[in-house]
Amino acid sequence: MYGGGNTFEGIKTDSLAQEDPIKLSEFEARIARGEKIEPKDWMPQLYRKQLIRMIEQHAHSEIIGALPEGTWITRAPGFKRKLALMAKVQDEVGHAQLLYSAAETLGKTREQMIQDLISGKSKYSNIFNYPAFTWADACFISWLVDAGAIVNQLANAKGSYGPYCRALDRICAEESFHLKYGHHCVIYLASGTQKQRSMFQEALNRWWPPMMHFFGPADKISAHTEVLMNWKVKMSSNDDMRNQFLDMYVPKIWELGFTIPDPNLKKNNATGKWEYSEPDWEEFRRVINGDGPCNKERLEVRRIAEERGQWVRNALRSRKNLYVAPLA
Amino acid sequence: MNEVIKELLYKIADDQLILGHRNSEWTGFGPLLEEDIAFSSMAQDKVGQSLALYQILNELGEQPPDTVAFMRHAERFHNCILTELPNGEYDFSLVRHFLFDTAEFIRFDMLRDSSFQPLAELAHKIHGELRYHILHANTWIKQLGSATKESISRLQVSLDDALPYAMGIFEESPYEQELIAEGIFGGEQMLKERWMTTIEATIHHTNLHLPAWNSIVPVLGGRMGKHSVHLQPLLDEMSEVFRIDPTAEW
Repeated sequence: MYGGGNTFEGIKTDSLAQEDPIKLSEFEARIARGEKIEPKDWMPQLYRKQLIRMIEQHAHSEIIGALPEGTWITRAPGFKRKLALMAKVQDEVGHAQLLYSAAETLGKTREQMIQDLISGKSKYSNIFNYPAFTWADACFISWLVDAGAIVNQLANAKGSYGPYCRALDRICAEESFHLKYGHHCVIYLASGTQKQRSMFQEALNRWWPPMMHFFGPADKISAHTEVLMNWKVKMSSNDDMRNQFLDMYVPKIWELGFTIPDPNLKKNNATGKWEYSEPDWEEFRRVINGDGPCNKERLEVRRIAEERGQWVRNALRSRKNLYVAPLA
Repeated sequence: MNEVIKELLYKIADDQLILGHRNSEWTGFGPLLEEDIAFSSMAQDKVGQSLALYQILNELGEQPPDTVAFMRHAERFHNCILTELPNGEYDFSLVRHFLFDTAEFIRFDMLRDSSFQPLAELAHKIHGELRYHILHANTWIKQLGSATKESISRLQVSLDDALPYAMGIFEESPYEQELIAEGIFGGEQMLKERWMTTIEATIHHTNLHLPAWNSIVPVLGGRMGKHSVHLQPLLDEMSEVFRIDPTAEW
């Protein structure tokens, strides 16, 4: 997890007129040749700004995403699940660490990014504004939200910014284990008691609409992002990623005997594309702008954690505090 | 002799499970991402260690690990009270980690020589893992224990609060003499003495101070199943899903 669903708002390309045209065309030629851009290389301001925004959103999604699943660590049923879920959520926090470092190479500090998260200035994946009511919700997240994130991250790993791509390569390797873990949990619910099956079906019913929102608004209503596509910042259209996810996972969900709460969901064999009821984009906008079931709680938890940890960070910055060789 | 060994295994396993559970509660809430990750690693080690110890108990005829961990009532747990106390602020969690893991590191060092072979073998592995826990605890205690006025005073308050509970780690077993005589475990008294020396050595590198050992009134009872009000709610939460249907596979 938990990247994906990056919200690309309409971008202004005016600043490009102020860029050195020769450097800009060399930069674009490098990207077209498939070269990676590294931190010290020349890059247009707009590229830097959009990348910081995207990587930062991804990092925030990892730490905020750790919250709904994290609450199930202390309740996971049995040693096997308890140990696996601890390791899984720890990976996600580790991903945040990697991603904040990748974003820092572009000139914004981790502290500033976390400040912008808490103030609401920068976003995170909208799906984490929904609650995980039961163990089955946590299983849905581990399997299908992670699956969605992998679709997004595999695409982004082919992008143009070197540090982000390298972080994503590592992240995707770990995610593939999360996916196996999540799938395994769901198989046990599917083949378990009636109670277990209905727990997952109910979770699926709850999470399907936010899952359809996960890849962002439909292409026909999305902001134009051609320049970001050319620069290999945005690697795939929202609808294409959504379609790829449906293609890979709807059959697996059906195979386990669950139903998906959308009577119009079917694959059009002529086009090879999935058809579905239009997701409620008004709800998506409302939630992403702060009015979802858990937005306030998520940010409040993050804010409190930051405040409670402030004295530790201050102490680490203390000038008296020299490195001490560990005893053991 | 089985009862003697079981009593020892239960108290050590319960310590690891309960503190591992507490450590895992830091996931997503640490003062730094790096500390979230560190506490999670230690949680995984401890819960994994408790599992290995419950597996030995299972081989000695006790119920399977999931049953003993997820279905027992608080009064049947033998962990020391220190491990079950709520995390509090980071200073308390850190001080507890330092006091407890220092004792565990020495305990498993002693158990490497146990005459009970399965435990001696496991102790080798666990001792290796705990080495990193100690490294982590000592590094942070030394840094925060000599950094700012606030960090020093927070650690001092937590140290003063935690020490009476830490003395409860060494609450003696009814089988203490048998354990020592049979060479199964060198005993709580020996462990406590080594622990006090080690704690003193680390604290000496900081601006913290230790009260006189004999002035500390130990909080006992955990080893006999007499717990604080905090254990049962922890167990209720831990077993919330498991108890939906204990016969189901999850």
